[in-house]
Amino acid sequence: MTVLIKGARVLGGEPADLLLADGRVAEVGQRLDAAGATVVDAGGLVALPGLVDLHTHLREPGREDAETVETGSRAAALGGFTAVHAMANTDPVADTAGVVEQVWRLGRKAGLVDVVPVGAVTVGLRGERLAELGAMADSAARVRVFSDDGHCVADPALMRRALEYVKAFDGVVAQHAEEPRLTAGAQMNEGDRSARLGLAGWPAAAEEAVIARDVLLAQHVGARLHVCHVSTAGSVEILRWAKSRGVQVTAEVTPHHLLLTEACAESYDPVFKVNPPLRTDEDVLALRQGLADGTIDAVATDHAPHAVEDKESEWASARPGMLGLEQALAVVVQALVEPGLLDWAGVADRMSVRPAAIGRLSGLGDRAHGRPLAAGEPANLLLLDPAARSVVDPAALASRSRNSPYAGRELPGRVVATFLRGEATVLDGKAVR
Amino acid sequence: MKRHLLESADLDRADATLVLDTAAQIDQALAGREVKKLPTLRGRTVVNLFYEDSTRTRISFELAAKRLSADVINFSAKGSSVSKGESLKDTALTLEAMGSDAIVVRHSASGAPHRLAHWVQGSVVNAGDGTHEHPTQALLDAYTIRRRLGRLDGVRVVVVGDVLHSRVARSNVWLLTTLGAEVTLVAPPTLLPVGVGSWPVTVSYDLDAVLPKADVVMMLRVQLERMTASFFPSAREYSRRYGLDAVRMAALGDDAIVMHPGPMNRGMEIAADVADSVRSTIVEQVGNGVSVRMAVLYLLLGGNA
Repeated sequence: MTVLIKGARVLGGEPADLLLADGRVAEVGQRLDAAGATVVDAGGLVALPGLVDLHTHLREPGREDAETVETGSRAAALGGFTAVHAMANTDPVADTAGVVEQVWRLGRKAGLVDVVPVGAVTVGLRGERLAELGAMADSAARVRVFSDDGHCVADPALMRRALEYVKAFDGVVAQHAEEPRLTAGAQMNEGDRSARLGLAGWPAAAEEAVIARDVLLAQHVGARLHVCHVSTAGSVEILRWAKSRGVQVTAEVTPHHLLLTEACAESYDPVFKVNPPLRTDEDVLALRQGLADGTIDAVATDHAPHAVEDKESEWASARPGMLGLEQALAVVVQALVEPGLLDWAGVADRMSVRPAAIGRLSGLGDRAHGRPLAAGEPANLLLLDPAARSVVDPAALASRSRNSPYAGRELPGRVVATFLRGEATVLDGKAVR
Repeated sequence: MKRHLLESADLDRADATLVLDTAAQIDQALAGREVKKLPTLRGRTVVNLFYEDSTRTRISFELAAKRLSADVINFSAKGSSVSKGESLKDTALTLEAMGSDAIVVRHSASGAPHRLAHWVQGSVVNAGDGTHEHPTQALLDAYTIRRRLGRLDGVRVVVVGDVLHSRVARSNVWLLTTLGAEVTLVAPPTLLPVGVGSWPVTVSYDLDAVLPKADVVMMLRVQLERMTASFFPSAREYSRRYGLDAVRMAALGDDAIVMHPGPMNRGMEIAADVADSVRSTIVEQVGNGVSVRMAVLYLLLGGNA
């Protein structure tokens, strides 16, 4: 398939034409012509490299009623993603080569994005002993990111060993930073609001203490550490300090932590229950600043589909997590691009280039992600209409679940088209299949 | 009044005063009557939906509804469809389909009544939700104070104990300050929520320092399992530092009263001779609870079916 994209603004620059052929960007230039090519008019649209998500819950195997690899892949493509990392907390847990290969194969079959499995750090996410990390790394799924997400690797000795062990295959441990003894029963950010609402508090210190410990461990053993869903101003400070000391640490922030605050909990509507919890206005500003200055490397969705019955309940018994794939870019446009904190090159860096580098997807040749939109590179890209605005309707989402915290909210930007290795997965804002 | 009574933080001064005045009228109307019953809510149905055991609160609401001639259904979560996994929403919709006009709900999850109010057409009364609020308890406490001291404006109320886990404390903080009282919270720092600094109250760790100026001392129930979670070292130490005994009671002004929402741990937060003293309003609070809950049901259901 040959595609000729006319007049797209690559990274928001001057309009140019892009010719996609044989899975690659064949040419970028002015007034390109190609006989027989499918022409896509991209006047007014911004072209960005295909987004890479470091943190997606696809729920398969185990909770196919909430999401499948296929429905999650479609949601991802509609959000402009060309690769997503599928978290390990499935049922069974992705803690063996067999399970990660199953997820990887399901992703191939869906063929809408590259599904990159994350392996569990410990057997059954129980935090007791290491899973067979090397076997997962050597499997067809080629796992490089390991995480017990949903649970913290709380035992410091085990965390140290995990950090060390994955160096052998250039892996990284993605830590869900939450000291469990400080968050027993926790329901929302601990502060003025939790005091009034009578919901048990999740103190910022429970996240910050683990990040502080882990950056010291990573430095001590010379290993790579990635911090999942950073949510507090204090965490940003610790990361900034660690990076200034040369620690090999990277970090991600979710769209919801960039936009929403604990004020959402006032309604007691569990659609706003998430772990780590929504924080304060000050935290949101610090996270935006941290992302803008590069202290936080990546936006990662923590897309967490849940069946209706797991959310339509009292707050305490609802499961934590919210959808994110389809609105991630829109939220970043609203929270960072429109206020002038990040330009389009910055968006590409934080949502494609750096997450791909963290996941070790940048050097995969034909199957690489996070590469520049230049001749010879794999043709993974999206076209965004930055002028469009729309109100989020959960019923219209491609995800099998409906737990979007943005329901009824007007957000900017619309993904018009997404291409995975030159093939359209989304055209005219609709999934091609 | 609004359609629901979900939290005392919702009540403005006029609404709260209306409830207290209505309770007073009901007391007057029933005083000296042989048949303590008003026909006001005849034909209306009130459901007591209790997800936690609380015999005293449930009985108080039941009596209140019956004295207004409403039909009352008690739905205890234990041994019902709830224990078979039915959701709060399905239970609420079922009860409403059967024609309930008001649901009085007690639940261990903070905010459960708010969710319920979102799903049903009828009125919802919060009879205690998790560690959030227990607004009718605060209303009956305010009613008791007003009856004993003749006013609420400027009254100095000291609330002592496990504020962190107490829905009674939260409801009283909002209601009493709305009605003009000055509230002081006394507890070990472990039993005060982070964020208490944003409440319209004074905080102290020293009970002896605040007692001489108190008009009202409200003792909260302290659960012994807090001790195992290191909120305090031992029952003895808690009692010594934060319990109200006869020696401490002697430091109170002549007209000061002692309150407790019950059930009490005698010998822990309150000594037996204090609980049974003339200052104690503990039994009176229970009686006032029925009147105040009658007032709430009357005002919410309009009484004009």
